[in-house]
Amino acid sequence: MATAPTEIKVTPEIAAEHGLTSEEYVRVRKILGRDPNITELGIFSVMWSEHCSYKSSKVHLKRLPTRGKLVVQGPGENAGVVDIGDGLVAAFKIESHNHPSYVEPFQGATTGVGGILRDIFTMGARPIAVLDSLRFGEIVASRTTSEEEAARNRRILDGVIRGVANYGNCFGVPTVGGEVGFEPCYSQNPLVNALALGIARKEEIFLAKAKGIGNPVIYVGAKTGRDGIHGASLLASAEFTEESQQKRPNVQVGDPFMEKLLLEACIEAMHTGAVVAIQDMGAAGLTCSTMEMASRGGTGIEIDLAKVPQRESGMTPYEIMLSESQERMLLVAEKGREREVLDVFKKWGLDAVVVGSVTEGGIAKVLHHGQVAAEIPAHPLAEEGPIYQRPISQPPLRRETPSDWFVFKAGTTNFTENFKKLLASPAISSKRWITEQYDTMVRTNTLAGPGASDAAVIRIKDPQTGEVKRALALSTDGNGRWCHLNPRLGAMHAVAEAARNVAASGARPIAATNCLNFGSPEKPEVMWQFSEAIDGLKVACEELGTPITGGNVSFYNETLGKSIYPTPVIGMLGIIDDASHALKLGFREKGDLIVLLDGAGSAAATPSPANLAQEFSSSEYSKTIAQIVAGEPPQIDLAAEKRLQQMLLALASESLVQSVHDISDGGIAVTLAECCFAAPGLSASVSLEGAEPPGEHALFNERGARAVVSVKSSLLARVLDSARQYGVAAHQIGQVTRDKRFRIQYKGSAAIDSPLDVLRDVWAHSLERALNTR
Amino acid sequence: MKFGVVVFPGSNCDHDAFYAIASVLHKPVEFIWHQSEDLMNCDAIVLPGGFAYGDYLRTGAIARFSPVMKSVERFANSGGIVLGICNGFQILLEAGLLPGAMMRNSGLRYICRHVHLRVEEADTPFTNAAQKGQILRIPIAHNDGNYNVDEATLAELESNRQIIFRYTTPDGSDDASGNPNGSMASIAGICNRERNVAGLMPHPERAVESALDSADGLVIFQSMIEALVGAAKATA
Repeated sequence: MATAPTEIKVTPEIAAEHGLTSEEYVRVRKILGRDPNITELGIFSVMWSEHCSYKSSKVHLKRLPTRGKLVVQGPGENAGVVDIGDGLVAAFKIESHNHPSYVEPFQGATTGVGGILRDIFTMGARPIAVLDSLRFGEIVASRTTSEEEAARNRRILDGVIRGVANYGNCFGVPTVGGEVGFEPCYSQNPLVNALALGIARKEEIFLAKAKGIGNPVIYVGAKTGRDGIHGASLLASAEFTEESQQKRPNVQVGDPFMEKLLLEACIEAMHTGAVVAIQDMGAAGLTCSTMEMASRGGTGIEIDLAKVPQRESGMTPYEIMLSESQERMLLVAEKGREREVLDVFKKWGLDAVVVGSVTEGGIAKVLHHGQVAAEIPAHPLAEEGPIYQRPISQPPLRRETPSDWFVFKAGTTNFTENFKKLLASPAISSKRWITEQYDTMVRTNTLAGPGASDAAVIRIKDPQTGEVKRALALSTDGNGRWCHLNPRLGAMHAVAEAARNVAASGARPIAATNCLNFGSPEKPEVMWQFSEAIDGLKVACEELGTPITGGNVSFYNETLGKSIYPTPVIGMLGIIDDASHALKLGFREKGDLIVLLDGAGSAAATPSPANLAQEFSSSEYSKTIAQIVAGEPPQIDLAAEKRLQQMLLALASESLVQSVHDISDGGIAVTLAECCFAAPGLSASVSLEGAEPPGEHALFNERGARAVVSVKSSLLARVLDSARQYGVAAHQIGQVTRDKRFRIQYKGSAAIDSPLDVLRDVWAHSLERALNTR
Repeated sequence: MKFGVVVFPGSNCDHDAFYAIASVLHKPVEFIWHQSEDLMNCDAIVLPGGFAYGDYLRTGAIARFSPVMKSVERFANSGGIVLGICNGFQILLEAGLLPGAMMRNSGLRYICRHVHLRVEEADTPFTNAAQKGQILRIPIAHNDGNYNVDEATLAELESNRQIIFRYTTPDGSDDASGNPNGSMASIAGICNRERNVAGLMPHPERAVESALDSADGLVIFQSMIEALVGAAKATA
């Protein structure tokens, strides 16, 4: 074989520097039947990186339910696809961009959003919404967080928010929701998980399978530069050390304007009918797109790198193949019709060049100035990479005694003061300061943007007539603290809460996408967390009937040997058959009755006092007020969740309630306050006499399967009937008022009693105040 | 009567303006490509929001040189009705069809939220269906909406009654809390001296249905329709 003149001789040491183990290197040599050259080694190293190959997670991911009546495309393509009726499908997926966002927060976050948007429109679907699930270290100095660290976390948050905003706002897709969480473990490893949703006609969905021998392979979009080389393999597939800041050149740079042009041009090109297959160049760039297209199509592929549009001169084949320059696509056109495709890209002012063709025989051949730069069997490279059954070992059980747990002090506690502290905590306070930096409304489909409903609600306009019938609801959820205490239970809660949020907006949960953020898979205890979380997701998704249609695994989330909390994030998609039935969380009218719904029914088991303390120690109240993070997440009853969700759907479709808000972080007290904050001029007067003592538990416990609804008094009887029918306990606990005070009665006295404006002020402005301190 | 919505590379509210006119107001509307000098016999032109040409260099600075803007200028100079929304307003400023310039929002951040506008003049093709002093609740979504102009020009804008929308509080007061971006004299929208060209930073096309939280933006499109109907009658 002819080799490039300045060829570096590949040795096992160089292979090791590329992150390949000695066994993996043996495997490379076996597939090739010889030593690889340096370009080939680079190709193998990125394709077999953890990020691209899922080599440590594959054996576990198999356990997840991925099929369902509505699933059109499960995991394995650029995004999952589900049928949403009337000939339309929704494509959606969540993906992480954690490491780049720590190294360079703004660009890391923009390219995270850009990457997931490309995954969606690569499928032929026009993106209609983005959500972001973000986790940062603590932004306020405390006993455990120094001012220096808090300041750094604020800078990271600021960069990430600006990055998310910049990309979505310019691209023209509304950023409609997501969540933001804070824990010390994310201090040097923030999580940036971006979810995108798109819609298309069912017959217009595109797959990334190279087909038709002789069909031209076309490169479109931005020029290739030296940026982002080894972003996937070095940045995303290894843990952080003190030198990680030096990896800044490995972070890609995003250009949302270019991507907007690419979107419009790709959709227009697809409509010509001359496009056979299309694949975006994300992680591992040209390597991944060529190899995977050929492998999936069962064909070979031949490309000439000299034809690839380049931003810099003198790039080697190694650099061109491994560049992660953004906003690029590779597509296969029908032979003889390439002109139609090229013309569309010319109209949009984008580079589009025929760089090769689909070949017979399964070999991916990369040429550079007439010489063979790489020659690899595509299928073995893409599909026969290493798969690891990594060692798993359960970490020693945490030995906790009641002295480690929260101590109830109901008799001596000023709940109103503690409630204000809770409302002011970064986890619970309003995220408006963040979400106002996002364009939440462009495309005029946002029926419920951030904070308006438990889930984001986006209506679907018919692509031809503009007529609106259905809406989609989306929520992302994942409680890292709970998964740290019990990964299986925590993962189940993530699914249950996401589904509950979607149901609270009036939508039927139909499918989910997941982003699994964990530490190093080379640590047996991390693999134990991972395996447990997968089992939890499996059980909950099966029980709630929401298959997982795709997502991504992010390992190596650790810095200096310390892992983040295991953080599986679930993105849940639901359908509302009649968009006008969508529900919001804010109270609507004075005099409406406030009803507490509990899916556990009237026979809910009361835990023993010791169990109560253990469970409460995992709550937001325990963390914020007592600085205790211990115990266990609340027990979960999936049947109860299902009953509650089905009842909520019935209430929505029969228009029986004015508002719905589920009970989660901060318990029922926070839920009720948020219902008021979203309803200018309205307040609530509530009595929780029926709730189990002690007072902290009654006001702030976070058990699932519960929601607060407000009901016109004339419809109360029908709501109570519905509750009986679904086996849900329903108690009228108060009413909506026009009072200036917010009151919750408990055990004969006002447990919480404050001017609503005071509560609103701490809730509305705490995050902003924390972030503006220098 | 026919509306035209210009599509620059990077426009992203073009479809929203189109939808408001076609599907909510049921009026004929066409997209006009930025490289075309043919305005396709449209009677009113909308320059939509977005990031034309990526807003590189300065918002609207490159878009003003696109071929379609030559025709839009001719159309405006011959009395045609032109409305610039958000990025469209910025382009009209760069093109010199309206006076002034935009600076970065005073808070130095992008802001997307509903704000309140007061209709200052009801004798323009963009406000004739509204009442003077009427309060409209309409969203903004921009980085650079901090309107600025020299004092002499501001005085001219005032004396010629070219300031047609000002930011205000929900009850219509002049309190500074109603101004979201530091805009001079709380200016949200202006027209030219001839009153046939207007620009505003808020997005009326995002407030055309109660399902979207407000339908207050409709009155601006309805005003344009009335103006076109009036003009058609006058020439008939």
